[in-house]
Amino acid sequence: MADHTPLTDERTPTVIADGVDIVYRVNGTGAGRGSATAALNRMLRRKQAEKASGVRKVHAVKNVSFVAYRGEAIGLIGTNGSGKSTLLKAVAGLLPVENGRIYTDGQPSLLGVNAALMNDLTGERNVHLGGLAMGMSREQVKERYQEIVDFSGINDKGDFITLPMRTYSSGMQARLRFSIAAAKDHDVLLIDEALATGDGSFRKRSEARIRELRAQAGTVFLVSHSNKSIRDTCDRVLWLERGELRMDGPTEEVMKEYEAFTDDKPRPARKPRPKQAPVSA
Amino acid sequence: MRSDVDSAYAHVATIRSRPDVRKREEKREETPGNQPGGSRAPAPLPHRAKAADVSQVLHTPPSTAAPADTDLAALAARHGLSVSGARPTLPEYVRRLWARRHFIAAFSTAKLTAQYSQAKLGQVWQVMNPLLNAAVYYFIFGVLLQTKKGVPDYVPFLVTGVFVWTFTQSSILSGTRAISGNLGLVRALHFPRAALPISFCLQQLQQLLFSMAALAVILLVFGVPVAVSWVLAIPALVLQFTFNAGVSMIMARLGAKTPDIAQLMPFVLRTWMYVSGVMWSIDHLLSRHNDLPSWVGPVLQANPAAVYIDLMRFALIDSFHASRLPAHVWLIATGWALLAGVGGFIYFWKAEETYGRG
Repeated sequence: MADHTPLTDERTPTVIADGVDIVYRVNGTGAGRGSATAALNRMLRRKQAEKASGVRKVHAVKNVSFVAYRGEAIGLIGTNGSGKSTLLKAVAGLLPVENGRIYTDGQPSLLGVNAALMNDLTGERNVHLGGLAMGMSREQVKERYQEIVDFSGINDKGDFITLPMRTYSSGMQARLRFSIAAAKDHDVLLIDEALATGDGSFRKRSEARIRELRAQAGTVFLVSHSNKSIRDTCDRVLWLERGELRMDGPTEEVMKEYEAFTDDKPRPARKPRPKQAPVSA
Repeated sequence: MRSDVDSAYAHVATIRSRPDVRKREEKREETPGNQPGGSRAPAPLPHRAKAADVSQVLHTPPSTAAPADTDLAALAARHGLSVSGARPTLPEYVRRLWARRHFIAAFSTAKLTAQYSQAKLGQVWQVMNPLLNAAVYYFIFGVLLQTKKGVPDYVPFLVTGVFVWTFTQSSILSGTRAISGNLGLVRALHFPRAALPISFCLQQLQQLLFSMAALAVILLVFGVPVAVSWVLAIPALVLQFTFNAGVSMIMARLGAKTPDIAQLMPFVLRTWMYVSGVMWSIDHLLSRHNDLPSWVGPVLQANPAAVYIDLMRFALIDSFHASRLPAHVWLIATGWALLAGVGGFIYFWKAEETYGRG
């Protein structure tokens, strides 16, 4: 490894996370004494009393730094609730960071469109709405419309695209959502787990589509609990554990450590520590 | 391929090995002996969590500017990377919003259509709703309380008032929940957030156009002649829409920070409705009660809701003469629209990057 000199300008960074902290504030957890008094307290004394008055802060991502380069496919792993999706949303610029900075080349996009769709509308209108919501122009949506419908396979069993989405089976809904979301090309692509749903044939199609998107995108981030799909798609892995970047390196190396960790201690955070310091939650 | 990846890590490692960065890293690696290999450049950072770390999950660290920032920041600057999720400049924001105009329109129409899609009568409710509303107000204020005494063409007067007021009311109510009620959308997709309150106001405007069709029928039934002045309804609506959108954006920002405001708004709006002369005539009241303090009249008449309602009445009802409008009424209407529209937009934009924190 000694023959590799640190190169700064040879590879182009696309995403730089610089000491990123992300904190959620949760109201109404009832952590204060009686929620009404707590609420009053909160209103009157704002900042000083935040903790005492029932606003809980959840420190989801702690001091994470990394540099992602063009052409990399980066896997994000970690046990449930370790901050993977949160970090992804922050990279997409959808969640504000508490401390630190995230720099990006262009606008990273999260592969997902669920929130913009409306179950009471027909599949047809949802394709339009979803496309527009992702920032496609009306012409682009029109152009891709047939492609999206064909890909989803919604019309394989009859003219279902003109029915309201609430009449679809959950599998069909998921297929349409994925098809809409995957219709756009991205510079930096962020893929959250559980997107490739549906039956076997659709899963194959969507995996192929993700590979295609990867080929077009500069950098891909993939959050997954499937060690296999991480190994298949990623050449670098970031391991987050309870909000901290625990390891950052080539896939095989990190996965080995991670597997040892998950086999060894299934629920590390829950285990009572022998040397519990007197801290309040 | 592999060597490419290695050089990337070598670079990361270089950043980490700077003394200022190391200080930070050391703090996080208090537990020794867990380093696998240690020969690799990327220097993975495994460390067993300690009890003290558990508490950190729930607390914020002191917000100190990290000393290493300059390094990564310099790297970012060298490659022309921009801060993710940073607030764009005002002109840029306007440009992005304009680029999303089709989404705004599609979203508002979709909301409107989805609203009654489960009802048997479907879109008929778009017209039925305001009509039933007007009937209730007519029964209470016209028949029971006899507010109609001395007000010519009371039914058109009342119905116009109710429809125009409902536009402002629903715009502000939906604006208050525009961000807080659509966090899923805000957290999933990237678009100028002002698209949401504007889209909701547009939905209400479309709703109002349905009501206006019903209103036209009512006017004709009650013998109000079609007149050229009906055209004036268009500028009045444009001004009112601008005002509503502005107030919606202000409320959207407030509601995003303090969701409790959504609980309070119905009461504020009801109070506002009762002082705005929706079901009674302001100038009628002023002419009958000469003992009122002198400031009451101008204040009541300059109230934006009252201004827009009376402008619409002036445009549509022939017996509602210009003498019943306050002086410089178009100027006042434009002033309110500009003040709320521009002010609300800037106020909303100022917090653009904070929407979605929950």
